[in-house]
Amino acid sequence: MTALFSAKSITKKYGRQIGCEDVSFDVYAGEVLGIVGESGSGKSTLLNCISGQIGFDSGSVHFDMRDRGFCDMATLSEPERRFLARTDMAFVHQNPRDGLRMAVSAGGNIGERLMNIGARHYGDIRATASEWMSRVELSTNRIDDRPFAFSGGMQQRLQIARNLVTAPRLIFMDEPTGGLDVSVQARLLDLLRGLVQELGLAVIIVTHDLAVVRMLADRMMVMQQGRVVEEGLADQVLDDPQHAYSQLLVSSVLQV
Amino acid sequence: MTLNADPNSSADKDASYNFAYLDEQTKRMIRRALLKAVAIPGYQVPFAAREMPMPYGWGTGGVQVTAACLTPDDCLKVIDQGADDTTNAVSIRSFFEKTAAVKTTENTAEASIIQTRHRIPETPLNENQILVYQVPIPEPLRFLEPRETETRKMHALAEYGLMHVKLYEDISQHGHIATAYAYPVEVENRYIMDPSPIPKFDNPKMNNSPALQLFGAGREQRIYAIPPYCQVQSLDFDDYPFNRLRAPQSCEVCGSENSYLDEMIVDDAGGRMFVCSDTDYCSRRQAGQDAEPEVGQ
Repeated sequence: MTALFSAKSITKKYGRQIGCEDVSFDVYAGEVLGIVGESGSGKSTLLNCISGQIGFDSGSVHFDMRDRGFCDMATLSEPERRFLARTDMAFVHQNPRDGLRMAVSAGGNIGERLMNIGARHYGDIRATASEWMSRVELSTNRIDDRPFAFSGGMQQRLQIARNLVTAPRLIFMDEPTGGLDVSVQARLLDLLRGLVQELGLAVIIVTHDLAVVRMLADRMMVMQQGRVVEEGLADQVLDDPQHAYSQLLVSSVLQV
Repeated sequence: MTLNADPNSSADKDASYNFAYLDEQTKRMIRRALLKAVAIPGYQVPFAAREMPMPYGWGTGGVQVTAACLTPDDCLKVIDQGADDTTNAVSIRSFFEKTAAVKTTENTAEASIIQTRHRIPETPLNENQILVYQVPIPEPLRFLEPRETETRKMHALAEYGLMHVKLYEDISQHGHIATAYAYPVEVENRYIMDPSPIPKFDNPKMNNSPALQLFGAGREQRIYAIPPYCQVQSLDFDDYPFNRLRAPQSCEVCGSENSYLDEMIVDDAGGRMFVCSDTDYCSRRQAGQDAEPEVGQ
């Protein structure tokens, strides 16, 4: 079995500061990889590098494309990369305002990716949008409301629906539960877990919240100062951390 | 677009102005932009728009394009919302009478260059005519995507899904495509273009038009064009096709049932009347010189 997505020796420096250094990993279809670490450990930089949001200094990113197989993302032309970013890949931002069009209705937000790849039948687009709203537990009679009329948790669910509508195979998530209160967080995680299993998605999720990793991730990487200090199965790393920093991280979680 | 060897030969011309106001280098720069625009139908060509002796929004772009196209033999017609006798039309016409001493007319068929604000004349145009549009905002994606760098990239890569999001929003809010003017079109199956704020009633007239159509946006410093006989398609959905919008009445002055109508409020008691927005067309019909154009031209 070949990997769906593979990053090799990704290094990104901001001048003399290290963003992330020599990070390599593979993600297989249907697998959820959690990346944890404290603020400034380079996890968001890494995510932005591998998802093509920013450039990196050295290393390579490969993706198993539907039409031409496993290939280096750097060899794709810009239209191909942008097309891929709208179809087979998706990016869920921490702040839904970054990922949604706030002046466009919920239905339009979900339909945008469909219209981008050529859907031109209003009835079909609306039916799909409505179906996805119910899949992410949003009331379908709010399909014509704009996102700023939604609560933070609803906006986040809308952002997820907007990204999943083209059936991507790989999703990047940057702190998807950040800024939400715990009960909303729990529902969102529940929803994500359901969707991931149902659709067989591969997810790379960046978070500082170990509970998110425990609930969603199959494998995890712990980052510190731009480097990966420990990686392994999520339960294994969380229950039996080997590296001093991982131990510190796990033991820092407050118990209620 | 060739100039006479001595542009100052015309006797009644005010010698303190260069022919058609702009200096020759500026006209040359604009003509180069025009040639590029004609070569790439629907593509917005940047140009170094000059300050004109009128405020932005009064047609500075259209005036510069007209000035660059005018020759001393041309006959100029200027319309504003279809009318020859409104402030904008009158002042631009007298501007060129003064600075270029060209013949002017209100007769659409007689004109060789027609500068227009927000209408296409009802009388069909021919191959010897140039239609110059005044454009306030040339970028059709502007209100959907505020970043100019991003909209340029979207044009370059023909990523136009966002334009349909706007139409989707119209249908979801109003039950039909409520955009009634500046209705986006696709030119030659490639570029999406803002036809300037003409009513969507006029959109089909742009398709396969024998006349050269030039668009000038002065403040935004863009020129674009539709060469003659180009395919211009109004965007729509499969289940919500494009339709021309026209008031169901007929003109109360000339009785036309096919022309685009203005609604005039005539008293304080809700009284209103509908008359042709194209004044030349209406007055010629009253004089009995024009037959009704074919429906759906």
